[in-house]
Amino acid sequence: MRHRSLFLRKLKNKILTIFSVCAIGFAISIMLWVIWVVIDFGKEALSFDLFINCSAPFGSMSYGFANAILGTLLITLGAAVLAVPPALLAGIFLSEFKEYTRTANSIRFACNVLMGMPSILVGLFVYMIIVVPTGQFSGLAGSIALAILMFPVIVQNTENMLAMVPDTLRESALALGMTRMRAILYIVCRSARNSLLTGILLSLSRVSGETAPLLFTAMFADSFPEGYWSQPTANLPVLITEYATNSPFEEMHQIGWSAALVVMVMVLLVNIFVRIFFREKKYGN
Amino acid sequence: MLLLVAGFCIQLLLASSEAWERFGLGFLVSSEWDPAAEQFGALPSIIGTIVTTIIALLIALPLAFAAALYIVDAPKKISIILGYALDLLAAIPSVIYGMWGLFVLAPLMQKTIQPFFVNTLHLDAIPFVNSNYNGFGLFSAGVILSVMILPYICAVLRDVLQMTPLVLKEAAYGIGCTKLEASKDIILRYGIRGVLGGIFIGLGRALGETMAVLFVIGNMMNMPAGIFDSATTISATLANNFAEADGLQRSVLFALGVILLLMCLSIQIGSQWFLHATKAKRGEK
Repeated sequence: MRHRSLFLRKLKNKILTIFSVCAIGFAISIMLWVIWVVIDFGKEALSFDLFINCSAPFGSMSYGFANAILGTLLITLGAAVLAVPPALLAGIFLSEFKEYTRTANSIRFACNVLMGMPSILVGLFVYMIIVVPTGQFSGLAGSIALAILMFPVIVQNTENMLAMVPDTLRESALALGMTRMRAILYIVCRSARNSLLTGILLSLSRVSGETAPLLFTAMFADSFPEGYWSQPTANLPVLITEYATNSPFEEMHQIGWSAALVVMVMVLLVNIFVRIFFREKKYGN
Repeated sequence: MLLLVAGFCIQLLLASSEAWERFGLGFLVSSEWDPAAEQFGALPSIIGTIVTTIIALLIALPLAFAAALYIVDAPKKISIILGYALDLLAAIPSVIYGMWGLFVLAPLMQKTIQPFFVNTLHLDAIPFVNSNYNGFGLFSAGVILSVMILPYICAVLRDVLQMTPLVLKEAAYGIGCTKLEASKDIILRYGIRGVLGGIFIGLGRALGETMAVLFVIGNMMNMPAGIFDSATTISATLANNFAEADGLQRSVLFALGVILLLMCLSIQIGSQWFLHATKAKRGEK
C-alpha cells in the first residue's frame, strides 16, 4: 500500500477544518452584511407616511407604498387559496394511497420538474394563458403564477410530513372502524398539522418575495389594488425593481430600500415565527 | 400536474414558432442582436447563463461543502443556530440580493476587488480575464448567484452528512482516517445521491435566477470577451426586453424561454439518468 505521511495527512485535515470554519463564517457574515445594508439604507427613508400613502410618480409630494403592501398581500393570499387545497390533496394522495404507483410516480416526476422550473418561465407561461387571452395584466394572473410556484413545494412537504406519521396511528384508526377518509383527515392530518402548516407558511413567505413572474403578470400600478381581478396590481417586489433600476432619483432609491426592508422583515419574521413557534409545539407532544 | 408541464412546453413552442421558422437552428449560434434590423441570436444569452452558473457553482460548492462539514460536527447549540441562519439566508428574496448587488457589491467590485485581481495579482494574463472592468458583468453576477445558492446546497449537504450511518463513520475513524479522508472517501460515497441532488438544485436555481442577475450583469447584448464584461443571461434578457417587445422580438424571447426550459429539463433528466446508470457501480439496492 502507498505510504502517506501522517504529518501531511494531519496537515491536510487541519487545513480543511480551518477552511470549514472560514466558509461558514463567510456565509453567515454575508447574510448579516446583506441584512445590515438593507436596514441601514432602509431606515433613513422609513416613515409612517410610507405605510399609508399610495405610490406616485417622481415629483409628487407624497411617497408611499401602501398600495404595494396591500397588493402583495392580496396576490399572495390569492396564490395560497389557489394552491394550498389541491397541493394538500395531492400530497395526501401521494403518501396515503400507495396502490396507484404509476400515477403517483408520474405526479412525483412532474413535481420535480416544476420545482426546477425557473420562476421567470412560470411568469411567461401565465402571461400566455391568462394575460394574452384576457388582454390585460391582472393581480389574479400574478396569483396564478405564484400558485404554480408554491404547488410542488407544498406537495412535497405534505408527502414527506405525512410519511413521518407512524403507521400504528393509521392502523388503530382503521381498526376502530373509521372510513379511510375519516382516518386520513382526522387522525393522520391532524397529527401532522403543525408541520403541514409550517410548510405552507414557509412556501408563502418564499413566493411573497418573488419578482420575476410578477413582472409579466401583475405588473405595477400607482393606485390601490381595486382592480385585482382585471387590472395591473401594485406589489412590493416589482416596486423595488422599478425604483432601484429604472429611476435615477435618489429619493426613489431610498423608497426602494425601505420597501426592501419591509419585504425582508415580513419574510424573516414569518420564518423565525414559524420555526420557533412550531418547534416548541413539536417537542411539547 | 402532467398537463401543466406538457402545457408549458407546448405553449412556449407555439409562441416561439415564428422565431424558429425565421432563424432556424442558426438562432442558437448567432450572436447578433439588433431589434431595428430584426436580427436576433441567442448565443450571448446562452453563454452568459452558462458562464454565470459555472462561476457560481465554482465558488459555492467548496464553501457549501466545508460549511456543511462544520455544521454537522459542531456542538449541538451552534449547529442549530447556524442551521437557522442558513435557512434565513435562503429565505431572503432575490430582489434584495439584487439591490445589495447593485448598490454595494458592484461598486466594491469596481473599486477594490477587480483592480486587485488585475493590477496586483495580474490575473489579466489568463485568457478571458480582461483588464477593463466597471463592476458589472458576469463575475459580479456569478458571485451574487453563489451567495444565493450556497444555503440551498449547504442545507442538502448537511442533511446528507447527517444521514450517514454512525457505524460507517466510526469504522472510518476506527481504521485511522482523518476527518478529511473519512468525509471524502466514506461519507461522500455513501451520500452521493443526495450530494448530486443538492448540486442540481443549486444549478437549477442559478440557471433560472432572474432578478439578482438582472441588477448586476450590465445587460449588454454583445458577446462577452472576458468575465469582467457586461453581458446578459437568458432570464435577464427576458425580464428586460419583454415589456417593450412585440411581434417577432416577442417570439424570439419566447424562443429564449424554450432554450432555458430545455436546459433545465435536460439537467433534471440527465441527473436522474446518471443516478440510474451508476446505481450498480455504487452498490445501491
